[in-house]
Amino acid sequence: MNITDILVTGEPLIYGAMVSIVLVSTAAIFLLTYFKRWGWLWREWLTTVDHKKIGIMYILSALAMLFRGGMDALMMRIQLAFPGLNFLDAQHYDEIFTTHGTVMIIFMAMPFLIGLMNIIVPLQIGARDFAFPFVNAVSFWSFFFGAMLFNISFVIGGSPDAGWTSYTPLAGAAMSPGPGQNFYLMGLQLSGIGTLATGVNLMVTILKMRAPGMKLFHMPIFTWSTLVTCFIIVFAFPILTVALALMTIDRIFGSQFFTLTGEGLPMMWANLFWMWGHPEVYIVILPAFGIFSEVIATFARKRLFGYHAMVWSMIIIALLSFLVWVHHFFTMGAGAFVNSVFSVSTMLIAVPTGVKIFNWLATLYKSKIEFTVANLWALAFIPSFVIGGVTGVMLGMAAADFQFHNSYFLIAHFHYVLIAGTVFACFAGLVFWYPKIFGHKLNERIGKWSFWLFLIGFHVCFFPQYFLGLDGMPRRIFITRIEEWLPLNVISTVGAFGMGLGFAVFVFNIYYSYRYSEREKTGDPWNGRTLEWATPTPIPFYNFATIPHVDGIDYYLPMKEKGETTYDESKLEPIHMPSNSGQPIIMMAFFAFASFALVFEWIPLAIAGLIGGFIMMGVRSFDYDEGYHVEVDEIKRIERSARGL
Amino acid sequence: MSAHELKTGPLEYRTQEGRMSILGFWIFLGAEVVLFATLFATYAVLFGRTADAPHPGELFEIKTTLIMTFLLLTSSFTCGIAIHEMRRGSLKGLMTWLIITLLLGLGFLGFEIYEFMHYAHEGATLQSSAFWSGFFVLAGTHGLHVTVGTGWAILLLIQLSRRGLTNVTNRKVFIISLYWHFLDVVWIFIFTGIYLIGMVI
Ligand code: HEM
Ligand SMILES: [Cu+2]
Repeated sequence: MNITDILVTGEPLIYGAMVSIVLVSTAAIFLLTYFKRWGWLWREWLTTVDHKKIGIMYILSALAMLFRGGMDALMMRIQLAFPGLNFLDAQHYDEIFTTHGTVMIIFMAMPFLIGLMNIIVPLQIGARDFAFPFVNAVSFWSFFFGAMLFNISFVIGGSPDAGWTSYTPLAGAAMSPGPGQNFYLMGLQLSGIGTLATGVNLMVTILKMRAPGMKLFHMPIFTWSTLVTCFIIVFAFPILTVALALMTIDRIFGSQFFTLTGEGLPMMWANLFWMWGHPEVYIVILPAFGIFSEVIATFARKRLFGYHAMVWSMIIIALLSFLVWVHHFFTMGAGAFVNSVFSVSTMLIAVPTGVKIFNWLATLYKSKIEFTVANLWALAFIPSFVIGGVTGVMLGMAAADFQFHNSYFLIAHFHYVLIAGTVFACFAGLVFWYPKIFGHKLNERIGKWSFWLFLIGFHVCFFPQYFLGLDGMPRRIFITRIEEWLPLNVISTVGAFGMGLGFAVFVFNIYYSYRYSEREKTGDPWNGRTLEWATPTPIPFYNFATIPHVDGIDYYLPMKEKGETTYDESKLEPIHMPSNSGQPIIMMAFFAFASFALVFEWIPLAIAGLIGGFIMMGVRSFDYDEGYHVEVDEIKRIERSARGL
Repeated sequence: MSAHELKTGPLEYRTQEGRMSILGFWIFLGAEVVLFATLFATYAVLFGRTADAPHPGELFEIKTTLIMTFLLLTSSFTCGIAIHEMRRGSLKGLMTWLIITLLLGLGFLGFEIYEFMHYAHEGATLQSSAFWSGFFVLAGTHGLHVTVGTGWAILLLIQLSRRGLTNVTNRKVFIISLYWHFLDVVWIFIFTGIYLIGMVI
């Protein structure tokens, strides 16, 4: 095998990508060496088991993936607005919508939310860390390597091109030969393992590590949303694991699950994929609901209206999410009865979702709303999401779906829910918790610029697509030389660039605020309601010097009234903390190596990688490092300086 | 976390770490249930889709499967005794019964490998048809779990011999026992759902 079989050649855009990858990596290596930062990188970040640092790494990776997915989106939009330009050819367009969809959902939306959960959930429940900090690091590295594996596909081996849904037989070995589809399978598999582990980890953390006195119905709503989400993760991800494994075995070892030749059933992939895939969309929307609830309650200065109803509606949504998957293929001939059943179950989800919308509105009703940037994202979410939701109900009507299916109407719908729901929530959450995480606020003025650019761009981009869809423009096509579609496509592309600009301003704001924003002293910049605001800023690595006794929701409010803090010198005790470890990154590097080898079907190398990974697991089993204790004197020193005492 | 340590009750439940690990493992087993349920569903959907390969009824035979069932069920029983010995504080008893469990597990694997080779010889392989793909992947996943379990048990035996009965070793042994019983339950479904039904239909 020679190098041209492995590297992707012949495309100017790809050469550009290769050059930029080489440049960026060389620059990073040079800077780290020049400033002698390798040791720091290893000690402080690569080996960390601190949930806050892991969360930051998740969010940074997710922002990078948002950039990558966004570049894909802009390239598609350029092609669709100027079909005559032939900016992308058919093959390249196919690859790009596939990587865009996969990157956005698997490597952007989920990790971003998991990053926020990582940082915030232990703080909200008064815990000092995750239940299993080591496993948390393993999860992060499995996500990270999975994402990297998927991302290098466009310069090495070639990208997958069968859509993020990868339907068989198209995605099978016969119609999609070569490594592209294998990258999809292995990248998702690797990161999926980490997601499952995070689900278990957070569930145990929330169930077992809450501050004394905190009942389940005292938990902040974001923590609740996390708990419910983890429940979905634990029950949905194994289905994906199996589906991916079956397709991998089909492609690499010649089994016949999805191939007609051996009486296999291509349709089974669609079923398995969406049995995971539909719950997945709730994995990325429920935490978003949690974030909006926190933000709205904080800036309406009111207790969240209908807290219990909010929780129960999330639980009901989670259960229903497993019962609707067939609405993704109403048109594939399951028959009227089956379609009707799934149509009705789909519509049912609108009920608890509606309850939530009314609760947010009722929270805002007659309150003094503060229009901070975080709250703007939350407020903009409500009407935008309603548009997405209503069109979702339209898609859920089986008969009508024969008209909408695979058209731009669908594209508009799911971008309305995914962007107005998840992406707005990621921004809202990041802006909201930023001062807690990084010790200074993001600049509000620049924040408003990025908000308005993004919001207006979003509606300009996606609203026209409903009409394109009704006019019959199908999704996943790269030539639109049909005169009637062109104007709306051009408008849509303009909107997409507006969003791109908004994102750029957002990133600029991070840099600007790092340089110029006032440093945070109180640790409670928004006059918060929940325990995460009770720690000093920067948050000590053990979070809470003394853990408060909680009895009631929004417990930080009464604490503030009573003048209690999380630092009670009389109650100090040594704090037990886990040690850092290089094992997680090494372990996952082995598994990543094995996955890479499997992508190219180099079986001996894959086996070697797997053995390496298992040896690392054995090493872990023999590792009896029980962490260390932070002594009382040390805690006093840290807290006094952090609190300016 | 000395503050959370209890003085009574089984060793593995005395520390908060112990209790959390065990709960975490129960949740993980929930995920494993979904994993196997998905494989079973796949198998059921592909049932009878044998293309040109032999039918299950022609190949499945009661004798080997009964022996395998016997070996695995017994191993679950001996694993239970091992935990009983652990609770009594007998390291020697624990290790002895764990080794017996391990040997029974290895015996089971031996028969499974023999069985797979036999089927392949008769023209039923992973590649030969959708039905057989479903069969080999479902039974093979279970077999893989048993393999992992035996490797894991060996690691634990070494740790037990070095460290004796502590909060940590007891917790690890207790968790592997949950895993082992779980594999047993899955096997019962495989035995009835695959072999018995495959033989009569
Ligand atoms: C930033 C603005 C975005 C723009 C301009 C954009 C644009 C597009 C375009 C043009 C397509 C291809 C339509 C087609 O030809 O079929 C697409 C597909 C898709 N997008 Fe986006 N998108 C954006 C953000 C997102 C986000 C945030 C997500 C998820 C969280 C997302 C998820 C998807 C998915 C799942 C697909 C389907 C891919 C497939 O057909 O396999 N997009 N998007
Ligand atoms: Cu769905």
